[in-house]
Amino acid sequence: MAGHDRAKWAKVAYPPIDYQDAHYYAAPRKKPGPKSLDEVDPELLRTYEKLGIPLHEQALLAGVEVPEGERMPVAVDAVFDSVSVATTFRKTLEEAGVIFCPISEAVKEHPDLVRKYLGTVVPAGDNFFSALNSAVFTDGSFVYVPKGVRCPMELSTYFRINAKNTGQFERTLIVVEEGASVSYLEGCTAPMRDENQLHAAVVELVAMDDASIKYSTVQNWYPGDENGRGGIYNFVTKRGACRGARSKISWTQVETGSAITWKYPSCILQGEGSVGEFYSVAVTNNHQQADTGTKMIHLGRNTRSTIIAKTISAGRSDSTYRGLVRVQPKASGARNFTQCDSLLIGDQCGAHTVPYIESRNMNARIEHEATTSKISEDQLFYCRQRGLSEEDAVGLIVNGFCRDVLKELPMEFAVEAQKLLQISLEGSVG
Amino acid sequence: MSQFLEISGLCARIDADGQEKQILRGVDLSIPSGEVHVIMGPNGSGKSTLSYVLAGREDYEVTAGTATFHGQDLLAMEPEERAAAGLFLAFQSPIELPGVNNANFLRTAVNAVRRARGQEELDAVAFLKMAREAAKALSMAPDMLKRNVNVGFSGGEKKRNEVLQMTLLQPTFAILDETDSGLDVDALRIVAEGVNRLRAPTFSALVITHHQKLLDYLVPDRIHVMARGRIILSGGPELARQIDQEGYTKFLAEVA
Repeated sequence: MAGHDRAKWAKVAYPPIDYQDAHYYAAPRKKPGPKSLDEVDPELLRTYEKLGIPLHEQALLAGVEVPEGERMPVAVDAVFDSVSVATTFRKTLEEAGVIFCPISEAVKEHPDLVRKYLGTVVPAGDNFFSALNSAVFTDGSFVYVPKGVRCPMELSTYFRINAKNTGQFERTLIVVEEGASVSYLEGCTAPMRDENQLHAAVVELVAMDDASIKYSTVQNWYPGDENGRGGIYNFVTKRGACRGARSKISWTQVETGSAITWKYPSCILQGEGSVGEFYSVAVTNNHQQADTGTKMIHLGRNTRSTIIAKTISAGRSDSTYRGLVRVQPKASGARNFTQCDSLLIGDQCGAHTVPYIESRNMNARIEHEATTSKISEDQLFYCRQRGLSEEDAVGLIVNGFCRDVLKELPMEFAVEAQKLLQISLEGSVG
Repeated sequence: MSQFLEISGLCARIDADGQEKQILRGVDLSIPSGEVHVIMGPNGSGKSTLSYVLAGREDYEVTAGTATFHGQDLLAMEPEERAAAGLFLAFQSPIELPGVNNANFLRTAVNAVRRARGQEELDAVAFLKMAREAAKALSMAPDMLKRNVNVGFSGGEKKRNEVLQMTLLQPTFAILDETDSGLDVDALRIVAEGVNRLRAPTFSALVITHHQKLLDYLVPDRIHVMARGRIILSGGPELARQIDQEGYTKFLAEVA
């Protein structure tokens, strides 16, 4: 098996992984469901605190009733190690007919749905890591939004890796029926860890006629220390199928963590007039490596896709945008717009843009724009003259650089992401 | 009591394309509290360099001399510490910050200096109220607070934005580096009024300009002529009018 896992085209380097040495399943000790915040495992609460989950959302975890606020309620399905330990707002969702549960439960409760869709977007044999995931996944999330239903709340999953040497193989399946819509948030973090950890998730999205899926990720896994020791290997396969006419799938990601990131959230634009979007911010610092981007496969007529990728490299890190835009012969009138911007901080980092563009239809229109820039001394000095510290100045300039992507995130996530960007770049200047 | 701003024998050079270039060659200048001083002088005489060195730009290497501000060693401070201490530089060419909302930038800056000065930070509502009033007084379009910092601003808008920042940051010492350049007569008056509103016994300014017009509005206390990296002549407001009419040649010849 060894030797087959390397995606040789990816610009990442890591020692061979001993898959026989990985733990494929680790469940935290079972506890009865919490009735109030006090009953929730304090360790879990501490984790949520670090993740910056507002108190009222922590309370939601315990099923505590909260008064109607201005904010859209958020349902949290927490994946704590490999087993989901809390699912909230189930009732409201059930009333709307929305299914949001651990996939282990969905296999038992909704076997027909799982059987119908699982593995149809990302086949087991798609790539090495999808095969690994398909073989050993133990849990993840399942979402089903029935015809015509606009999901009454944003669905949120917080991942955490906390057991030593536990490989995580999450599996997520989201199916949105005709005319329905959902917004799904995924946020991740991991505590300090010395040994490299493998994370190989698979996410599958299915959108039918006029359906819309917005999938947002803020990824902040342990990136390793400043010398490049430790950190998570994040080898993820994410793909969405716009099966229905006028369906829409939008990926937004803010990637600041992991020692190595290897992911390409993609859209298969099959339905006529379907829309795929990819908004990405990837930050690498110290010795982090990221090879990330998207694939937009235009199959149907008048399909449209937009790609906005912002790459920020600091320290000795290396970051690559790798994206494929493919227009198949039947995709008349297909349109794509791609913009890739790289920002370099310091003189020892690297940024690379590798666009693959394949058009087999004469009517397709594909645009690609790319820029590479550095934070200028002028900008830093200007900000500092106005009283900002150098790090605040970098944070401000970087957030400005990423604005086109951050504005696509749901409000609460955007605030968290802004903080994260600044924290990730701490110590990168001076 | 020590002077408000005291510059003595200041020398500075810059590394330009591998070649060291001496620009300031012993600047002596003292500005008392509450006064507006003007520096005039031919292009390349070191006026902008002096403003950069005072504000703490790192490209310049100070090779000799001192500068004290409120009795503190100005040259030992970081740029942001100088800002917090009350020094403001209105840039000759204001810098663009793509994607950074102007109001957000202003509030971040204002709260940074307020924090450093031991004042309470302003919340978004209080800040916006203050910023809108200040912008209105400078006849700035309301949407300029929502736009990205200096991006797509006309020359005049950029200069007004500098004066807006100065108004909000409440400095005790402002350096205006050719803030009047590229302004039409109306804009010039508005900018000058913006500066005049700050005038107080505790506020001083160093104005770099080529034109008498701005000085008609500002009414300076002292005029200094700079050439080849030094102050070669100082005098009252009449000196500026004389230069306006006769040019620098005569003065340069006198000191040569």
